[in-house]
Amino acid sequence: MTALLSVRGLTKHFPIKKGIFGRPGGFVRAVDGVSFDVMPGETLGLVGESGCGKSTTGRMILRLIEPTAGTVEFDGVNLLTLDSKALRKLRRRIQVMFQDPFSSLNPRMTVGAIIREGLTIHRIAEGAAADARVRQLLDEVGLRAEYMSRYPHEFSGGQRQRIGIARALAVEPSFIVCDEPVSALDVSVQAQVINLMQDLQRDRGLAYLFIAHDLSVVEHIADRVAVMYLGKIVELATAADLYREPLMPYTQALLSAVPVADPALKKTRVMLRGDVPSPANPPSGCVFHPRCQHPAKDAACSAIVPPLEEKSPGHWVACIKQPPTGVEWGVQQAAGGTKPPSRYLPVAASV
Amino acid sequence: MPLLSVENLRTYFYTDNGLARAVDGVSFEIGAGETVGLVGESGCGKSVTALSLLRLVRPPGRIEPGSRIVFDGADLTTLDEKSMRAIRGARISMVFQEPMTALNPVFTIGDQVAEVVRVHRAGSKREAWARAVEMLETVGIPSPAQRAHEYPHQLSGGMRQRVVIAMALIMSPALVIADEPTTALDVTIQAQILELLRELQQRLGTSILLITHDLGVVAEAVSRVIVMYGGEIVEEAPVRELFAQAHHPYTEGLLHAMPQVGQERERLATIPGTVPPPTAWPKGCRFHDRCPYAWERCATEHPPLYQIGAGHVSRCHLADEPDRRADKHEPLVVTETGERSASR
Repeated sequence: MTALLSVRGLTKHFPIKKGIFGRPGGFVRAVDGVSFDVMPGETLGLVGESGCGKSTTGRMILRLIEPTAGTVEFDGVNLLTLDSKALRKLRRRIQVMFQDPFSSLNPRMTVGAIIREGLTIHRIAEGAAADARVRQLLDEVGLRAEYMSRYPHEFSGGQRQRIGIARALAVEPSFIVCDEPVSALDVSVQAQVINLMQDLQRDRGLAYLFIAHDLSVVEHIADRVAVMYLGKIVELATAADLYREPLMPYTQALLSAVPVADPALKKTRVMLRGDVPSPANPPSGCVFHPRCQHPAKDAACSAIVPPLEEKSPGHWVACIKQPPTGVEWGVQQAAGGTKPPSRYLPVAASV
Repeated sequence: MPLLSVENLRTYFYTDNGLARAVDGVSFEIGAGETVGLVGESGCGKSVTALSLLRLVRPPGRIEPGSRIVFDGADLTTLDEKSMRAIRGARISMVFQEPMTALNPVFTIGDQVAEVVRVHRAGSKREAWARAVEMLETVGIPSPAQRAHEYPHQLSGGMRQRVVIAMALIMSPALVIADEPTTALDVTIQAQILELLRELQQRLGTSILLITHDLGVVAEAVSRVIVMYGGEIVEEAPVRELFAQAHHPYTEGLLHAMPQVGQERERLATIPGTVPPPTAWPKGCRFHDRCPYAWERCATEHPPLYQIGAGHVSRCHLADEPDRRADKHEPLVVTETGERSASR
């Protein structure tokens, strides 16, 4: 199967402006050479902590932020070279869902007008046909048709997120970038929205890029998961593999930090010390090495940038200390390495 | 005698849209050195409960007559403002959710931590500063003597929350109220902060009231849990019992609606509808229109807190008629009716 979306070497460096003339005095490497594919009908989860570049990645795919380098191919077309007219046409197939259901809907427009806007812009339907379509969409996302004439402020957070989904679905996209779509919602409402998103995916063959910081939500909804740290993908695998056997020490720490709703369970926890370093001045070599707990960590880790390697079928990891690795032991030694790679699995992430 | 005993706390807001009974007859106790979790979704009244304990509720809100908050033998609801100020920050302190807004951006963190000491205790500025630096070290701020001269914006979110915790603990209060202390933080930082709170509590013997919507945090951090819904306590139990044998359908729903790491990928159970507004709590049981077990009695008769077991109470008529649960054997029916309640 060919990929629906194919991202290669995507990079965004934001200039840091210094002085009153705003001369660039360095760069924040928000996203640094990110590559991944999204298959038709698939959900790819993109996880990481604040500032890791996951939202910037999503926004670059939509070209809401212009990338510094890299390519984004959607159905064989490079989005980054399209002019605005061609891009607008393609936006019919790529839609977005935002985190904040309060600021992502125009408060001066009725729900009907919000959902209709896409239909008008893309000349899909007009007049009575458009009205009928809006009614149908509201019904599909579990809202009553008479809500059409109401304004966003009259709705709860969960209902607003449903309106956001209806707006995205109006133009019949095949791919939706979901940027933290449920993190502003309460648990019970969050479950409603997740179930709805899964139903719609099944019925319409939608593909999602699901950006989130909540690892348990991502495990639930994603087929494959990419973990980002300081602008890079450090691990990418099927959700089952990633949660059962995380290989990148960062993923191990991240998963073990998730609180488990079982008071009887005594779990071992990899406690990360300190904070994420600044992306303006990332550590050399492996960006995670200053906080890494891998017992074979040595000078080679701070010298060699680890490639994202396939350690087992479909399981990609950026770590030269988790075997097998294409970075030969001799090469590591030449870079100051003293401890040969050895498999390290500190915690069973699953319970 | 418990450290804190809240009896029939009612905090009402007299709004233009009508009377909002945000906290409506809440009673609970916290023992010395105990960590109690207060959980519920937005609008259930958990934060207003916390603000009421410190008498920080502003008009149009007020604590209704008849409410009692007995702390260390004194009823805080009748205390004069001067005595109340002596308690706030010294005997009972608070950690807020958003560390950026809890700190003043124009003062150094050292000044802000030292100010707490100077407000509550006579002594020199230098002594207060020294005490602040010591406390910053206790909460794990690296090179505290230098960092004390920095401003909040120079610190990361996790470090800022440590500063807020330092301010809350510097007077060795008997009770700390932590309102969503880790919600704004990333999971790895959250783990650090929860660990810090646990460690400090063991060392200082402080009681903690931990307010959160995250049941995972509750499971790891507290010994007893109070669940709120619609301005009331709907269930209270020791933490293990609550997770193993939740009684109230709302608690049950919350536990099932939460995706869990390592859990089978099945469809999530949902609680249909949304939390009703505090100006219009439903009659009878306030959860009945969202409850899968509800029957006629639930719509008319407001349930009392039934005793379920040792230290376990639940505000549900199922305690009285347990057979009704068996009729609906599924833990919580997976319903997809959408959100039933219309807008306000």
